[in-house]
Amino acid sequence: MSNATECPSSLVMERVFPHSQEKLWRALTESPLLAQWMMNNDFEPVPGRRFQFRADPAPNWNGIVDCEVLAVEPMQRLSYNWGVGGGESGLQWVVEWTLTPADGGTHVRMEQSGFGPNQQQAYGGAKWGWQRFLGNLENVLGGVQ
Amino acid sequence: MKSGNASYVFRALSDPTRRAIFEELTRRGEQTVHALTLYAGVSQPAVSKHLTVLKRAKLVRHRRAGRETHYRAQPEALAPMVDWLKLYGAFWRDRFDRLEALLERMEP
Repeated sequence: MSNATECPSSLVMERVFPHSQEKLWRALTESPLLAQWMMNNDFEPVPGRRFQFRADPAPNWNGIVDCEVLAVEPMQRLSYNWGVGGGESGLQWVVEWTLTPADGGTHVRMEQSGFGPNQQQAYGGAKWGWQRFLGNLENVLGGVQ
Repeated sequence: MKSGNASYVFRALSDPTRRAIFEELTRRGEQTVHALTLYAGVSQPAVSKHLTVLKRAKLVRHRRAGRETHYRAQPEALAPMVDWLKLYGAFWRDRFDRLEALLERMEP
C-alpha cells in the first residue's frame, strides 16, 4: 500500500473551491477567520504550537478539542493533532489539510486519521495499519448491517 | 464529537496485534487461543492479554471446551465506532459548507 486514498475511509473529505490557494490558506490559518467556520480557537500556524478549538459543550463532550500543530507548509499543507476527551479515556486523531491548484480554483483535501490514545510517537508507523483496518472495516460490516 | 462507548472500541483496536487478532477472527471464525498464538507470533500470555482487552470492548466472546478456550469475533461491537465515524463525516461536511460561505464573504 502506497497511498491512503487506496482504502476507503469516511474521514477523507475533498472539495474544489472556486477561490485561490492563498485565500484558502488564510481561512485555514488565520485564527479569526478559522473561528468563523470551524470553532473559536487560539490557533497559530507554528509547528509545536498547542491550541484549542472550543465549542458549546454537548452531552459526553466538554466542547474542547486539544490540538498541537504538527506541520505547516505555507499554501500547501497543514496538520494538527486533534484530541477529544483528554486523559485516560481521551482519543487522539490527526487532521491534515492539503491544498492543490485545480481548474478554476483550489482542491481541498481533509483527512482525519485516528490511531488510538497515547500513540503519537508511533504515528508514522501506525497510520497505514490503522487506515487499512478502516478500509477493511467496510467489508466486516457488510455482513452486519 | 463524543467519545462515549466508541473510546473502548478505539482503544482496543489501537494496537496492531489486537487488530490483527480481531481481523483473523472475523475472517476465519472461531479459534482457540493456541491457534491465535501461532497466528499472532507473540507469546500465549501476550495473546491472552490482548484477548482480555478485546473482550472488555465486547469485540470478542469466548467459550470453554475442555482445556481449550475458543474465541469468536463480535463485529456488532464495532457499531459505536462506525456511528462515531459517521458523526465526524457529518461534522466535516457542515464545516466545508461553512468554509465555502466564508470564502464568499472574504475579500478576493
